[in-house]
Amino acid sequence: MIEQYDPLKGEMLQILDEQGQIKTKLEPKLSNGELKKIYSCMVTTRVADMKALKLQRQGRLGTFAPSLGHEACQVGSAFPIKKEDWVFPYFRDLGMYVTLGFPLKNYYLYWMGNEEGMRIPPELNIFTVAVPVASQVLHAVGAGMAANIRKDKIAVMCYFGDGGTSEGDFHEGLNFAGVFNTPNVFVCYNNQYAISVPRAKQTASKTLAQKAVAYGFEGVLVDGNDVLAMYVAAKEALEKARSGGGSTLIEAYTYRMGDHTTADDASRYRSEGEVKEWVKKDPIERFRIYLKNKDLWDDAFEKRVQEEAATLVEKAVEEAEKTPLPAIEELFIYTYKNMHPNLKEQLEELQAFLREGGK
Amino acid sequence: MILNMVHALNQAMAQEMEREERVVILGEDVGVDGGVFRVTEGLLQKFGSTRVIDTPLAESAIIGAAIGMAAYGLRPIAEIQFMGFVYLAYNQLVVHAARLRNRSRGRYTAPIVVRMPYGAGVRALEHHSESTEAVFCHIPGLKVVVPSTPYDAKGLLISSIRDEDPTIFLEPTKLYRAGKQEVPEESYEVPLEQAKVVREGEDLTIIAWGAMVPIAQQASEMAEKSGVFPEVIDLRTLSPIDRDAIISSVKKTGRALIVHEAPKTCGLGAEIAATINEKALLSLEAPVMRITGQDITVPLPKSEDYYYPSPKLVVYEINKLMEW
Repeated sequence: MIEQYDPLKGEMLQILDEQGQIKTKLEPKLSNGELKKIYSCMVTTRVADMKALKLQRQGRLGTFAPSLGHEACQVGSAFPIKKEDWVFPYFRDLGMYVTLGFPLKNYYLYWMGNEEGMRIPPELNIFTVAVPVASQVLHAVGAGMAANIRKDKIAVMCYFGDGGTSEGDFHEGLNFAGVFNTPNVFVCYNNQYAISVPRAKQTASKTLAQKAVAYGFEGVLVDGNDVLAMYVAAKEALEKARSGGGSTLIEAYTYRMGDHTTADDASRYRSEGEVKEWVKKDPIERFRIYLKNKDLWDDAFEKRVQEEAATLVEKAVEEAEKTPLPAIEELFIYTYKNMHPNLKEQLEELQAFLREGGK
Repeated sequence: MILNMVHALNQAMAQEMEREERVVILGEDVGVDGGVFRVTEGLLQKFGSTRVIDTPLAESAIIGAAIGMAAYGLRPIAEIQFMGFVYLAYNQLVVHAARLRNRSRGRYTAPIVVRMPYGAGVRALEHHSESTEAVFCHIPGLKVVVPSTPYDAKGLLISSIRDEDPTIFLEPTKLYRAGKQEVPEESYEVPLEQAKVVREGEDLTIIAWGAMVPIAQQASEMAEKSGVFPEVIDLRTLSPIDRDAIISSVKKTGRALIVHEAPKTCGLGAEIAATINEKALLSLEAPVMRITGQDITVPLPKSEDYYYPSPKLVVYEINKLMEW
C-alpha cells in the first residue's frame, strides 16, 4: 500500500477520517480484541501523559516532553512491532512505551531524574532515550547493519521529530540505510513544530517523507492522527524490513497539542485558533467513533478503560516515588566496565567528605 | 616475525577476526583499498565484505553506526582516516559511546575501537597532523591508547578489541613504517592502563607516548654521553592513566619532564604535572617541566620542524632541569 502514496505528489495515506468514517477498502484486518487494545493503549497514553504534566507542575517530575495529540502515531506505529525487533526512541515516545509494555514506573523515574528509569528490562529491545536530536538515527542504522550481518530477520524502528530531519546525523543515517539496505523503519512525527520553529522553516522540501527518495528508498506520508493508517503503514514497513526489502521513511502528519516541553510556552509562537483547529482532529475521538460504529465502544467500556488506565498510572507513580535514589557508588561504577583506581580514589574522597557531614 | 607497526596492527585485526566472528571493520577505503595506509590490507579478501565494510564518506555515521552495531552485539573496529576528521564524530563519541553504559545502567554498552592515524612529523597536508588526545582523555567513559612500537601495537590493539569499553586507538603516523621489531606470531595481549618503563635511569623521569618515545630515547642517548641518565616511561594508555608508574619513578628520580607533540595548554602534560604535584611534591628537586608543541596550528610541512619537539630540544630541557 505504501507505494500507492507518492510523497512527491503530496499524497497522504488516510483510512479513518476526522469524523471517524472508515475507507472500508483500506480497513486493516484487526480482531475486536486488538482494536480494543489499541484504544486502551491510546487512552492510557493520554492519562499517563496528563498525570506526568500534573506531577511536573507539582514539582514531583522534572522537565519532560508531553505526548498530547500523538497517541495515534505513537500507538499505531508501535502496535505491529514484534519482540525480536529493536526500537530506537527519541524523547517523546510515551505511546510506544505503553504499547510495548515498558514499565510505566521506569518512564516516570527517568523524567523524575533517576537513572534507574533507563534500566530497560532485558526482554525489551528498546534503546535508551536520545536527547541529542537525531543522533539515534545512526544507532538504529548500525543495529540494522548488524542484524543484516548476523542474518537476523528483524526490523529496527527509529523515532524522531520534524526538527530531527535537519540534523546531519539524519542525513548520514538515511544515506547509510540506503547504501546498506538496512531493515530500518524511520518514523518521523511531523507535529509541525520544533520548539518554536514551524515546519515550513525547517526545510524547503514539500514533505519530509520525500527525503527518502534522495537516499534511494521509499517514503510515505501518513495521517498521523489516524491510528489505523499509522498501523497499516508501520506494519507494511516492518514486514518489508524483516524480509530484506530495505528501509522506509514514514512521515506521521500530526500536531503537537501541548508545549514542546514543560519549560516551553507555545502561546508565544502559535495562535489559540490554530490549536483549536487540531482539537477537531483528535486522534482518540475519531477512533472512538469508529469503534462505536462497530459496536465495540460504549459507556461501560469507556469507564473500564479509564479506570484501568488510572489504576496503572497511580501504581506506577507510587512505585516510582518509592524508589530510592541511586547509591553514591552507582554514580561511578558505570563509567567503565571495571572501576579504575584513579576513579575509585575520587569516590572514596567524596564518601569521606560526606561522612564528615559535607554536602 | 620481524614486522613494522602497520603489519603488526594488521596481524592483530586478522587474528581477532579469526578468533571472534563478531569483530567487524568499517570505515572509508578500509576494504578494497586496504586502508590509505594499508593497515587493513588483505582483510577484505580474507573475511569478505560483510565483515570488512567500505562506508560512505561520513564520520559521524561511521562511529554512530559502530555504536549501534556494538549495542546489537557486534565488536566493531571503526577507522577514521585521519585524526583531523574525528571531530565530525566527536559528538557520537562523547554523548553516546562514553555515556551509554552509565545511561542504561550497564544494559547497553559500546565496546568499539576507533582507530586513526595520529600525530605530526610526516610532512603532511593541512589537517593531517593532529594530536588532540587531550579532548578525548577529558571524557569519562572513553579509553585512549597509543602504541609506540610494533610489539605494543599488536598487543594493545588486541587488548582494545577485547576490552568492553570504547577505546580511541591512536596510531602514530610517523611510526607506521619507522622501524621493525620481533613480533610474536601468536596472539597476545599488552594490558591497557599500564605504562612501561622503556629505559631505566636515576637522574630524571621522562614521560612520553607515541612518536615522542623514540625522540625521548634518542635524547637519553645524547644525555648519557654527558653523564645524565634519564628514565623513560612510555605511557601507552593515556586514559585512564597509570599514575602509579609515573609516581614511583618520580619518587626515585626527583625530576620529571613530559614530552608531547600536542599543544601545551590543557595538554595531557598539564594533567600529569598536576598529578605529580599531588602525589610526589616532596620528592621533587625541580618543577615538573613540559616540552610540547606550541599553542598554534600545526604548521604546513615547510615549517613543521619549528613545532615538532626534537631530541636536541629535549636534551636542552634535560640540562636545564639538572641544573636546578
